Amino acid sequence: MWGFSRAQAIAFVVMVALIIVCPWVLYPVFLMKVLCFALFACAFNLMIGYVGLLSFGHAAFFGMGSYIAAWTAKHWGITAEAAILLGGATGAILGLVLGYIAIRRQGLYFAMITLGLAQMVYFFCLQAPFTGGEDGIQQVPRSPLFGVISMQPDMHIYWLVAVVFLLGFLLIHRVVHSPFGQVLKAIRENEPRATSLGYRTDDYKLIAFVLSTFLAGIAGGTKALVFGIATLTDVHYSMSGEVVLMVLLGGLGTIFGPVMGALVLSAMENYLAQFGAWVTVTQGAIFMICVLAFRRGIIGEIGAKLRIQL
Amino acid sequence: MQLSRRALVGGAALATIPLIRPRAQGQPGVKIGVLTDMSGTYANTTGMTSVVCTKQALEDFGVSGKGFTAEVIYADHQNKPDIGVSIARRWFDQDGVDVIVDVPTSSVALAVQGVCREKNKVYINSGAASAALTGVDCSPNMVHWTYDTYMLAKSTGGGMVKTGGDSWFFITADYAFGHQLQKDTTAFVTGEKGKVLGSVAYPFPGTTDFSSFLVQAQASRAKVLGLASAGTDTVNQIKQANEFGLTQTMKLAALLMTIGDVHALGLATAHGLNLTESFYWDLNDRTRAFTDRVKGKVAGNWPNMIHAGCYSGTLHYLKTVADMGAAKAKADGRATIARMKAMPVDDDCFGKTTIREDGRHLVPAYLFEVKQPSESKGPWDYYKLVHTTPADEAARPLADGHCPFVHV
Repeated sequence: MWGFSRAQAIAFVVMVALIIVCPWVLYPVFLMKVLCFALFACAFNLMIGYVGLLSFGHAAFFGMGSYIAAWTAKHWGITAEAAILLGGATGAILGLVLGYIAIRRQGLYFAMITLGLAQMVYFFCLQAPFTGGEDGIQQVPRSPLFGVISMQPDMHIYWLVAVVFLLGFLLIHRVVHSPFGQVLKAIRENEPRATSLGYRTDDYKLIAFVLSTFLAGIAGGTKALVFGIATLTDVHYSMSGEVVLMVLLGGLGTIFGPVMGALVLSAMENYLAQFGAWVTVTQGAIFMICVLAFRRGIIGEIGAKLRIQL
Repeated sequence: MQLSRRALVGGAALATIPLIRPRAQGQPGVKIGVLTDMSGTYANTTGMTSVVCTKQALEDFGVSGKGFTAEVIYADHQNKPDIGVSIARRWFDQDGVDVIVDVPTSSVALAVQGVCREKNKVYINSGAASAALTGVDCSPNMVHWTYDTYMLAKSTGGGMVKTGGDSWFFITADYAFGHQLQKDTTAFVTGEKGKVLGSVAYPFPGTTDFSSFLVQAQASRAKVLGLASAGTDTVNQIKQANEFGLTQTMKLAALLMTIGDVHALGLATAHGLNLTESFYWDLNDRTRAFTDRVKGKVAGNWPNMIHAGCYSGTLHYLKTVADMGAAKAKADGRATIARMKAMPVDDDCFGKTTIREDGRHLVPAYLFEVKQPSESKGPWDYYKLVHTTPADEAARPLADGHCPFVHV
C-alpha cells in the first residue's frame, strides 16, 4: 500500500511506534523539535534526493513559514491548525516565486541562486518591522486546535506535531512513489532524455519545488507554535546548511534518512550544549567522517548492508 | 594510513563513554543554571567567566550550614533563541533548575523571559541589553541586574556632552538594535544641548570594511563619533578609526563595550575611547577584593559588569532563599522575586543598591575613558572615570517603561 516495500512498511511501523512510545521516556519538547526538523529535512530531501537539485536556501521557506504562523497566531489569534497551514501557504507562495527563477539552472548554479534569493529573504526579515528584527516574534501563544482543544500542555501539542509530521511524511512518500515521482527521478538521472520523452521538465521541477517549500513552511509554522518564538535563526543561511547536513548524515534519497539525520543533529545540539564550543566542532567532525567513510548516510548504509531500500 | 570503518565506529562508541555521567540524585536545594554564550561573539563578555562568578557567589555566601544546598550548572545557548528556549524548558521540566542567570543576546533573553514566567521560576538577567525586559515585555519573575540600552545611551550620550563632546556623528548598524541605540543616544545628546551632525548606517551583518563610513564621519567635523553597534563590528571600527588617524581629531564613543574588548584591542589602539560600564574592578576596595577572588579562575579574562552582575544577582538570590526558606523559594518564583525586591542588596561589586518594582536593579552608570598606554600602571589598568550617573537617574523612569504590571 502507498508504495511501501515490505522493509519500508516494517520501518514505518517501527517509527510510528517510537513516536507513540518516546514521549513517555524522553522529553516531549525535544521530540517535537526533532519532528519539526525531520519534516523540514524530508521536504528538503524531496528536492535533493529525488530531483537531484541542491537548494541552499530552504531556510527562507522554513523561516518565513514560522514568521507568518507566529505573527498570525499572536496578532489575529487564529487557531493552531490555521496558523500552521498559513505557514505552509507562505512557504508554497514564496517557493513558487523563487522556484520559478531558480529551476532554470542546475547544480552549483541552482544552489547559488537559491542561496542568493534566500539571503534576500533574510535581509527582508532583518529589516521588516513585523518580524521584530533581531528580537524576533516572541511569546507566541499556543492557540487551541480547531478553537477547542487546548494546546498548552506539552503532550497535547505533541500529538498535533506527530500527526502533522506523519501526514507530511506520507505525502512525500506517496509523491516519490507515484508516476510523478518516477518522472522526477528520470529528471534526476538524465534530464535531456526526460525532455526527449516529452516531459516538460521545468514544470515537474517547479511542482516538486513548491511541494517541498510548502512542507518546509508547515515545519516552520509548527516549530513556531511549539517554542512560541520565530526568529532570524530560522531564516539564516546556517539553517539551510544544517538541513543539508541532516539529510547527508541520515542518507540522501532515502525515505527515513532525513528523519534519522534530524534526530542525530537535534540530539547533539541539545545534549552537548553543556560542552559549549564543542558542539560545532563535533558537528564538523561528524560531517567529515560521514562524507569520508559513510557516504550513503546512516540509513543508507544500513539499507546497503541489509540489501533493502529504506 | 588506512581508515577502516570499523575503527571509526569503535572510536565513536568509545567517545560517547564520557557522556554517560552519573546524575546527581534529587537532593533538597536550589539549582542555578547559567545560560550563556560559550562559543560565539559574547563568549568573553559573558561565557565561562559568568559561570565562575556565579560559583564565586556560592562560595562567598557559604551555602553549607544555611539549611539548603546549591549547585551551578551551565549551558551554551549559541545565541540562538530556539536553543535557549529548549534548554530553559528542559532545565525547568527535567533538571529541576530554579533560577536562570546571565542570558546575553536580547532575542534569547526575551525568549527565556516567556519560559520563566510560564513556569513561575526566577530569572536574573545580567547579559542582555534590551530595555524591553523591564518595559513592555517585563515580567514579575525577572530582575534585570546590570545594564540596559537606556543606561548606556544616557551615560555615554549625556555624560560626554557634559564633559565637552557636544557635537556627534553616528555610525550605526543597520538593524533594530543599532537604530534604537542611536535614537536613544541622540535624545540624550540633544537633551543636554548637544548637536547631532549626521549619521550613516552600514549593512549588518557582514560589513568588515568601514573606511568609507569613517571618512564620512571625519568630514562631518563632529567632536564625537558614536558607534551604535556591538561585538566585533565595534572592535573593527575602532581599529580602522585608529588607522585613519580619526582618533586624533574625534573622540570615539562605543555605545556597547566592556573591558574585555579593550583588553583585546590593546591600549595602543583603544586609548581615548569612551564607554559605559556599571562595574570596574578598580573602583574601590570592595571591587578590588572581589576581583582578587575571581581573576585567576579564568585565564586572561577579568570580570566586567556582566560578570559582576551574575555574582551580585546570585548572591542576593541565595540570601533571599535563606531568608524565606528553600522549599518556599523553590515553589514560587514570583514570590521569590518579590522578596528579592523587598530586601536591600549589598555586595562587593555594586555596594548597597535596590531593585525597583519593574525588575530593574538600580546601579550607578560610570562613563570611562580608556587610558593612554603611558598612564596604565599594571595589568588591566585601563579606565579612568569621567562621569558618574547616579543609580536613580541611570534607569529609565518607571512611567516611560509601560510595563503592564507597574502602576504609576
